[in-house]
Amino acid sequence: MKILVCVTKTPETTARIAFKDNNSSFDTDGVQFIMNPYDEWYALVRALEWKEADGGSVAVVNVGPPANDTVIRKALAIGADEAYRINAEPQSSLAVAKQIAAFAKDKGFDAIFTGKESIDYNGSEMGAMLAELLDLPYVSFANYMDVSGNSATISRDIEGGSEVVEVETPFVLSASKGLAEQRIPNMRGIMMAKRKPLNVVEPVEANDLAVAVAYELPPAKTAVKLVDPDNMEELVRLLHEEAKVI
Amino acid sequence: MMKENGTGTVRSAKEDRYQHHDYYQLDELLSEDHLLAREAVRDWVKKEVSPIIEDYANRAECPHHLFKGLAEIGAFGPSLPAEYGGGGMDEIAYGVIMQELERGDSGIRSMASVQGSLVMYPIYKFGSEAQKQKYLPKLGSGEYIGCFGLTEPDHGSNPGGMVTNIKDDGDAYILNGAKMWITNSPVADIAVVWAKDEEGKIRGMVVEKDMKGFSAPEIHGKWSLRASITGELVFEDVRVPKENVFPEIRGLKGPLSCLSKARYGIAWGAIGAALDCYDSALRYSKEREQFGKPIGQFQLTQKKLAEMITEITKAQLLTWRLGTLANEGRATPAQISMAKRNNVNMALEIAREARQIHGGMGITNEYPIMRHMMNLETVLTYEGTHDIHLLITGMDVTGLNAFK
Ligand SMILES: Cc1cc2nc3c(=O)[nH]c(=O)nc-3n(C[C@H](O)[C@H](O)[C@H](O)COP(=O)(O)OP(=O)(O)OC[C@H]3O[C@@H](n4cnc5c(N)ncnc54)[C@H](O)[C@@H]3O)c2cc1C
Repeated sequence: MKILVCVTKTPETTARIAFKDNNSSFDTDGVQFIMNPYDEWYALVRALEWKEADGGSVAVVNVGPPANDTVIRKALAIGADEAYRINAEPQSSLAVAKQIAAFAKDKGFDAIFTGKESIDYNGSEMGAMLAELLDLPYVSFANYMDVSGNSATISRDIEGGSEVVEVETPFVLSASKGLAEQRIPNMRGIMMAKRKPLNVVEPVEANDLAVAVAYELPPAKTAVKLVDPDNMEELVRLLHEEAKVI
Repeated sequence: MMKENGTGTVRSAKEDRYQHHDYYQLDELLSEDHLLAREAVRDWVKKEVSPIIEDYANRAECPHHLFKGLAEIGAFGPSLPAEYGGGGMDEIAYGVIMQELERGDSGIRSMASVQGSLVMYPIYKFGSEAQKQKYLPKLGSGEYIGCFGLTEPDHGSNPGGMVTNIKDDGDAYILNGAKMWITNSPVADIAVVWAKDEEGKIRGMVVEKDMKGFSAPEIHGKWSLRASITGELVFEDVRVPKENVFPEIRGLKGPLSCLSKARYGIAWGAIGAALDCYDSALRYSKEREQFGKPIGQFQLTQKKLAEMITEITKAQLLTWRLGTLANEGRATPAQISMAKRNNVNMALEIAREARQIHGGMGITNEYPIMRHMMNLETVLTYEGTHDIHLLITGMDVTGLNAFK
């Protein structure tokens, strides 16, 4: 099996989020970056498990500047065989999907895995866009996968439960929690990763159809209101009128 | 908040929210593999150490299962060559690994320091090819646990005065004596032991657990390094085959060169403990409110935090430079001694200040502070006490020996 895993870089979960240029872009100053956990823990590890069971190879791809190499190298340390960085500043999901689709088009991958979303922009679009651009079947939010030959039985998250689907290779999948378990690279893997190829690919022309113009932070948390256990009516009123959850 | 799981271990329900602090952008001086190694060990600590460490330390029990995990992640002898069970990495990688382990707990770092720097290193450096083949791969993979016996009940700071001794008996030596304060000894499969031969020269050897006349009782009642097991080594007419003795090395420089290796790791490790205390104190000072504002807004709290990050940054610079020298084979034992002393003392002072910032909560195991503080009391003393290291620097700069 020849599998491609799309990996992206996201701010560390404890990073302080701020915006610059009139709130039109993310201020990366002082922010530490990690590999998007859905890509790393689930998509990449499940791809490696598949390779370990059936043979083949796992490649990872990232669209981004040279600064992303550390995150890509980590994917190699965890066990990917080779890596590609498409040398373009990632803009919209569509522009990134077009780059990856152009790269993957004639490479004969049996499966393309993405995370179900990146934990920063939460677009949840990459898998679907790739499937569309490459004209492949798409299974989103996969939480379990069983493979037999060229067919995969995949359980996917749906509201309140799971749906089980069957799909033939080649296909695109987006990985959700449960698909695999995090693998922490060890020192041997890190040393081996130095010798694995990290290829830089020049981008193709890819126009954006949607551009982010502004960001805003969620409103600051307001003070906690304590309601007396005897005063159920007040609690119901607050939940209804202020929190608007019931 | 702790909750029981099936195995009797109490897992902490609190999330380990540690974040690295790099005030001078020193990460730019690190290579990709240093950063990856650091992140990997940090992830491992968050997953395997943080949830259980308060409970093990509380019960003064060693989490033995972590030996295997430490081996798998590659924490044993990371800078030794790969063909002998090491990681083939450089000295800075070794440093950042120790830093992250000690960020979790000094006892866990000690487990790794002893195995890598005090057991694998001397076998690699002084052992015969047969000894290397026999022990190193098993030590690197965690199949064997090792310990290092230098200190004796009556000879701590002055190991040259040791009385443990060997006498020639044909194809073996007869070993007699006792060692004290030996990390990992009660659980060790092998011990690297230093003893005097009949000419009074210090020799090193590998003593195996099953050898007749050898025992390793545990030392109880420690208020420090409680998640690391410590014991004695007792030798009563133990027959140590000659092939177990290091062939060439004679004298105190044998054990001292191992200590230099381990002290180098401690210099990095102590920064980890300091960073954890600072990280917790910084967060607490922003979350805890008194007099209607976060305590971090009070000038006296800010003074503490400002001094902490200043000292941490200085220590980071010191170790980075020391690591660079070590990579070039130029770090002197005296330079390593200075970094060990400075950084451990710095970490202990930061733990004390951080404890104050946490107020009453600072003395509980809801926060890592008190555990780090108690641990660091050992780290200040072992591998050469603070004062002994002052005298090493003193001797180095004056050329005058205070030990004579
Ligand atoms: C938890 C733990 C684990 C340890 N693990 C190991 C291990 O794995 N292997 C091992 O071999 N050892 C180990 N040690 C031993 C450790 O290295 C010794 O405790 C240390 O070297 C100090 O020796 P001592 O305790 O005998 O103190 P002493 O040497 O008796 O020192 C007592 C005090 O006197 C001071 N002092 C001594 N000489 C002088 C001098 N000339 N000038 C000024 N002041 C002086 C010291 O600085 C100290 O303050 C461990 C110790 C502990 C606590």
